[in-house]
Amino acid sequence: MIELLTTRGYYLVSFLLLGVGTYMMIGNENLVKKVIGMNIFQTGIFLFFIVAAFVEGGSPPLLSAPAPYVSPLPHVLILTAIVVGVSLTAVALGLIVRIYSEYGSLDEASIQKVIADE
Amino acid sequence: MNELPALLVALPIFGSIVALLLGLVRARTGWLVAVLTSIVQVVAAATLASRAFGEEPVRYVVGGFTAPFGIELVVDGISGTMAVLVAVVALGVLGYARSAGPRSNAFYATYLLLITGLTGMSITGDVFNMYVFLEITGLTAYALVASGDSGRSALAALKYLLVGTVGASLFLLGIGYAFVATGTLNMADLSTQLAAVEGGYTAPLVQASFGLLVVGLFVKIAVFPLHTWQPSAYAGAPDSVSALISALVSTVAAYALLRIVFSVFTVEFLVANQFARTVLIIGAIVSIVLGSVLAVSQDEIKRMLAYSSVSQFGLVVGAIAIANGAALTGAVIHLVGHAIMKGGLFLTTGLIANATGARTVDEYAGLADRLPVGARVFGVLALAMVGVPPAVGFVGKWYVVLGAVRAESWPLAVVILASTLLTLAYFARVIERIYFREPAADSMTVETADTPAASGIATDGTGLVPVTVGMRATVVAAAILAIGLGVGAFEYGQLLEPTIERLLA
Repeated sequence: MIELLTTRGYYLVSFLLLGVGTYMMIGNENLVKKVIGMNIFQTGIFLFFIVAAFVEGGSPPLLSAPAPYVSPLPHVLILTAIVVGVSLTAVALGLIVRIYSEYGSLDEASIQKVIADE
Repeated sequence: MNELPALLVALPIFGSIVALLLGLVRARTGWLVAVLTSIVQVVAAATLASRAFGEEPVRYVVGGFTAPFGIELVVDGISGTMAVLVAVVALGVLGYARSAGPRSNAFYATYLLLITGLTGMSITGDVFNMYVFLEITGLTAYALVASGDSGRSALAALKYLLVGTVGASLFLLGIGYAFVATGTLNMADLSTQLAAVEGGYTAPLVQASFGLLVVGLFVKIAVFPLHTWQPSAYAGAPDSVSALISALVSTVAAYALLRIVFSVFTVEFLVANQFARTVLIIGAIVSIVLGSVLAVSQDEIKRMLAYSSVSQFGLVVGAIAIANGAALTGAVIHLVGHAIMKGGLFLTTGLIANATGARTVDEYAGLADRLPVGARVFGVLALAMVGVPPAVGFVGKWYVVLGAVRAESWPLAVVILASTLLTLAYFARVIERIYFREPAADSMTVETADTPAASGIATDGTGLVPVTVGMRATVVAAAILAIGLGVGAFEYGQLLEPTIERLLA
């Protein structure tokens, strides 16, 4: 167990983030907090990729640096995934602004109440 | 002409930018741009698809970085079919959206971006590239669902966004596992490298990757119990958008599942992991049965159609689990057929709502007298969906059942045959009201303008619009296509044979 923590600690942390993010999306009534949970969930996946690229004692992937190199590909992939994540957050927040102006609340339960009253 | 695969993806992006910029100069020019782009797209996709049905798929290397290092676009019979389907449905829905709206240029710019995402998913040969297109599809679909101007559509879009993002993220995590196991992202390369992983197909890393990719796509396809985003999204969106999304987004996600299972993991993986196959079969059965049961219990027509999609995609997932030639042919035919029928049904629903204000099962009573065209088209498409020959719905189901019987997968075969009755259960309810009931006295006198507002349903933001020739022509064309495709479907199945043999090899 201790050995797992010391050698695979980063993986555990990234999966812990997945758990935290999922819980926030399900457990929170507040829509903005749900979006924050979604961001944490995605961050967990980003970190998973970055950890997978790491090589013990590796140097940056430049010809002038000595081997072994860390893998540059996951970094490029995650750069793309981060852009996707930012766009998603932007769209989500845009929708939340509209929901707020329509129902006057960000709380799921109160929104349901407004809908039921209509 | 060798650049055609790349142009197929680039063209709608270009059209989208043009629509957006032209909107700054003159409002309401987006529709024209979208139509011109879609027409060129149909021609380009058809040209490409006609070349893809041969012995070898069309391959295109993006930017001169050769595979497996660069991104590759691969067009075979199935992806060619999907590209043509996306282009044709997009053009068809535009015929309806002309007067039904939404009308803003921003809407059509997003519309074309959605076409980009769907086309990209269909023809890419690289898993990470597929993830990016999946997210482009998702992002634009969320925005389009929110283009209705009630609060309900914004709420539905946010729910769709949260659930959809989790699905896409699980897909990305699955790609991560496959990448850690093999160090490659190219589909063709992955299929050979995954077989060579230490421990073979039963290695935990490979199994976990398969599980995450499949569950991620299950969310996007809306397989029960991961379908929760779908009914509210379809019911909350404007009619043109529900038609486009119901016809294409889940369809292309199901195509992606087919591609991942057979091009990346191959049939040997399914043979080595009977558990994976069992999970697919259980997902299919649960989806078919519960999707139909939920559809029967709906009052609102659009929600009923949405649950019907859950059930129909169960059929496609079942065909993928069976994994033989007949079943896969059936899966592709049913994907195409379902797209035409379901898109047509949603447009017909919109047409009926605009003409009479009816949006629930009970309000459809006596519709045959009030709107004969709408009633007839709805009847034809509904029966086609049930699987009455010679419509395309029959051919797809026929092939899938044939596959299930050949594979001796009896539980699935029984459920698929029963699903025909279940489909009939919810459509018969509507058809009976349309043709054999007198309209309720009050529904005749209700002022049409009040009805959608009273039931809290989003129209397209422009309120009710008069039914135009374009709208009628589109739904009639969908009904004719549903029958016509059924006639040609057996020949198409033979045309598809080399592609499917290659997929199962």
